[in-house]
Amino acid sequence: MSERRVIYLDHAATTRVDPRVVEAMLPYFTERYGNASAIYSLGREARQALDQARAGVAEVFNCSPKEIVFTSCGTESDNLAIRGVAWMNRERGDHIITSSIEHHAVSHTCEQLEKQFGFNVTYVPVDEYGRVDPGDVEKATTDGTVLISIMYANNEVGTIEPISEIGEIARNYGIPFHTDAVQAAGSLSLDVQELNVDLLTLSSHKFYGPKGVGVLYVREGLGLMPVQTGGGHENDLRSGTENVPYIVGLAKALTLVEERREEESQRLAALRDHLTDGVLSSIPHSRLMGHPSERLPNNANFVFEHVEGEGILLSLDMQGIAASSGSACSTGSAGPSHVLLAMGVQPSVAHGSVRMTLGRENTEEDVDRVLGVLPGIVERLRALSPLYAG
Amino acid sequence: MYSELVMQHFTNPSNVGVIEDADGVGKIGNPMCGDVMEMFIKVKDNRIEDVKFRTFGCGAAIATSSIATEMIKGKSLDEAVQLSNKAVAEALGGLPAQKMHCSNLAADAVRAAIDDYRSKQKDKGDKQGKTADP
Repeated sequence: MSERRVIYLDHAATTRVDPRVVEAMLPYFTERYGNASAIYSLGREARQALDQARAGVAEVFNCSPKEIVFTSCGTESDNLAIRGVAWMNRERGDHIITSSIEHHAVSHTCEQLEKQFGFNVTYVPVDEYGRVDPGDVEKATTDGTVLISIMYANNEVGTIEPISEIGEIARNYGIPFHTDAVQAAGSLSLDVQELNVDLLTLSSHKFYGPKGVGVLYVREGLGLMPVQTGGGHENDLRSGTENVPYIVGLAKALTLVEERREEESQRLAALRDHLTDGVLSSIPHSRLMGHPSERLPNNANFVFEHVEGEGILLSLDMQGIAASSGSACSTGSAGPSHVLLAMGVQPSVAHGSVRMTLGRENTEEDVDRVLGVLPGIVERLRALSPLYAG
Repeated sequence: MYSELVMQHFTNPSNVGVIEDADGVGKIGNPMCGDVMEMFIKVKDNRIEDVKFRTFGCGAAIATSSIATEMIKGKSLDEAVQLSNKAVAEALGGLPAQKMHCSNLAADAVRAAIDDYRSKQKDKGDKQGKTADP
């Protein structure tokens, strides 16, 4: 068993760094190590690399390079977007609209603004598939709304949100609109003009880039109060010496996934459908979570009634298969996934969730191996379960 | 995350199942929280002659149930009722901190089964008392 390659089905958690990305990064550690603010040639080399990276990302976003702010991760980008806009507009209003299924980088930041800074936050609901209704966003707007933040695609169930429509509403009301697009890179268009967004978050390690670097798109003219102050880097929005090798890596990784985005998305969607059909047809009392069609091409999220997700993950791991769960037990949180609960899934059922997110290295053979072992794993755990009548 | 012993008990748990004519049944937990344990005991001469369990829960919940059944099988009721959740966790070589509360309920299930047995015995005794003294 240990001889076999691990079948990695957790690409929504993180991805393997593309060797071409590593290669692009390497010179900036030991050869071109200059501070990009320095005037001599080592510094200019670093500056040039930074400029190129910024231009590369801007091309993918269909925006101007000066609208790109590099950060240390997706969480930081979300924090900067939300806190930055909220603080900047405190005099104008105290209301924020977000959804009930956001990543904690967004939801916990909103909660802090609520508890510590006196903001009011509306958490718009989702339907059973995890979709936000743009009409609900419109209804929630008030004269005091200073920000709308709705994710592009959900990290747990893969549901794609109607960002462009929500963006149009935000624009009509003159409200800045942020989207956490962390799960979308490599799968969906990141054209900020089409998406009607003013702020967009990405994290490099979700698309075969290194961990520890992220990006925030900030539409020109949008007022943002920096969260991290200092030497005025990144257009005065994010001080701190630029992490040149990692920024180079992020840009390289983004360019590479964007080049093959459409064909790779099609390939992954076919693999995912094979996985979904196989699981649902071979395992009774199993359900696909998330939207049947409006979902990320690589995401499959199942619930298996009467069993707990962690037991399935441990059993899969013993077969060399890495997946994840929205179960409380595997995340160390107090309850089952807030996303599944917001979709109206019973807590007892939500405990049996298993997420499999495919990626570049996965093949049909991998999916077949999962389909070969998963029914037996669920059956064994159900035989142990007092909730299963057989 | 888990010790080897936990994984052994998760993979090959002892005493899984139901005792149809059990003398005592303990059921604890709540599916909302993600852990439900059922413990069935067969008692003879105040000793636990047989024990079986079924558990809905994570790896730790299954492993603690399994080792708890091993720890009480053949023991007197007075000994078995002394089993603590802490002793169960220690017997497994420890559990991750976040599992100590939510998934470490096996000793409670044992106690619930013994309580059930004892209250049934008391009912029987009461009934017998009544028939003996009409």
